[in-house]
Amino acid sequence: MVQLPIYMDNHATTRVDPRVLEEMLPYFQGQFGNAASRNHQFGWDAEEAVGRARKQIASLINANPKEIIFTSGATESDNLALKGVAEMYAEKGNHIITCVTEHKAILDSAKHLEKSGSKITFLRVGENGLIDLDDLQNAITDKTILISIMAANNETGVLQDIAAIGRIARENGVLFHTDAVQAVGKIPVDVEEMNIDIASISAHKMYGPKGVGATYVRRRKPRVLLSPIIDGGGHERGMRSGTLNVPGIVGFGKAAELAETELAEESAHTFNLRERLRTTLEANLDEVFVNGDLERRVPGNLNMSFAYVEGESLLMGIDDIAVSSGSACTSASLEPSYVLKAMGVGDELAHTSIRFGVGRFNTTEEIDYVAKRVTETVQRLRDLSPLYEMAKEGIDLKTVKWAAD
Amino acid sequence: MAYSDKVVDHYNNPRNVGSLNKQEKEVGTGMVGAPECGDVMKLQIKVDEDSGVIEDAKFKTFGCGSAIASSSLATEWVKGKTVDEALTIKNTDIVRELSLPPVKIHCSVLAEDAIKAAVDDWKEKHGENGNNKTASGR
Repeated sequence: MVQLPIYMDNHATTRVDPRVLEEMLPYFQGQFGNAASRNHQFGWDAEEAVGRARKQIASLINANPKEIIFTSGATESDNLALKGVAEMYAEKGNHIITCVTEHKAILDSAKHLEKSGSKITFLRVGENGLIDLDDLQNAITDKTILISIMAANNETGVLQDIAAIGRIARENGVLFHTDAVQAVGKIPVDVEEMNIDIASISAHKMYGPKGVGATYVRRRKPRVLLSPIIDGGGHERGMRSGTLNVPGIVGFGKAAELAETELAEESAHTFNLRERLRTTLEANLDEVFVNGDLERRVPGNLNMSFAYVEGESLLMGIDDIAVSSGSACTSASLEPSYVLKAMGVGDELAHTSIRFGVGRFNTTEEIDYVAKRVTETVQRLRDLSPLYEMAKEGIDLKTVKWAAD
Repeated sequence: MAYSDKVVDHYNNPRNVGSLNKQEKEVGTGMVGAPECGDVMKLQIKVDEDSGVIEDAKFKTFGCGSAIASSSLATEWVKGKTVDEALTIKNTDIVRELSLPPVKIHCSVLAEDAIKAAVDDWKEKHGENGNNKTASGR
């Protein structure tokens, strides 16, 4: 028997691994010191713990521990990367290249910079969700100071060709930032091999605690400096002031260590479950579509549109399963997913999309339960759908003159 | 967002799901909304030729739970009413009955529109001028 409700929304957040929690607990009580306290045991213990975590996180992405700057999370890391580069390298240029399917933390930071005089190029993506590398090459000017392209998309799991993008950036002497939140811990990320200069990482997407993240900032070849967006005591090499979240950082470190040692095993696990879910749903239901490239994708992601069934009503029918929808009705903006839209998925299909995020703790039994529940609910809602009825009658819905058009 | 008990009840046990033969003279069909907006409602009424009373109503809805509940409720309410009485059903009545939050008010508006469209279609078939042109009826 599966235990309900089932959590399958691991792109939103993940459960803290019990091994991570265990590591964190001492740092709330006995070892509660401030890592910046240089003259007593409490401070030394905290500093040592932070140093250990820095090593664990650096190791996961093949960086030097000194290149890890702790932040409050990936939103801050993304803000720091864009705003920090824009200010620090203002004399060199004011042009930043990013992409339309980035996380809002990147898009909104870019728009913020645009207001203060930066020039931003938002690259388009193809149907598969990938940017065109020629577009990237052609967008670079002598004023370009930064390319910021995410490693894995948070909605579709689509993996950009980070190594190729890093190569282009390096050849053109432009800094390369990647929002690697959904990729680190899921697929191998190597800052040396991929020529990554700055990266955003988050603990709670990899079975660590919320409220802690990191920015990887390259120290050699080239030495990258970021203007801080938070000023204060000069912590984190002056790039991010504020007392370090020691228990959170300890948990982040442990989560990174586990991700590194278990990466191969875990990605096989999530991939197999994801494929079991996909193939079962495709066998059970007609007119279902995977959104985004199926090959270039994080192993645990399945973003699927169930034609003729509105996403929120589907979520309501599977209320013992936690997943997300790209439907407008589930977002604050009442607009369907901008990521799917950018990939050319029509609004009518974007409204029917569901994002399944398979993670470390999901089981085969859970996958089978989810597949069964989704199948039944889609069938029930299609019986209720005037669109499905019309499609079955052979009416091309695109030729219908809708009253609301 | 939490749904009201009545929305959940209509979603789990929708009333009057189905289709009537839209070619029949006594059937009026209203189809409102658009797929790209995430809501399409089809509401049909079958009207007794002598009394002008709606003796049957059916719906099918593509949309969120509140849209399904609004149209399900609308079919319940129009049954037994004359076509002109049915036109007095207001979206605010639906909002109140289902305790819809502000963000879902458009679902009730759509249900009201669907009733009007169905009545219009029926009236057109009977030589009366309807007011709301609708997507279907075909």
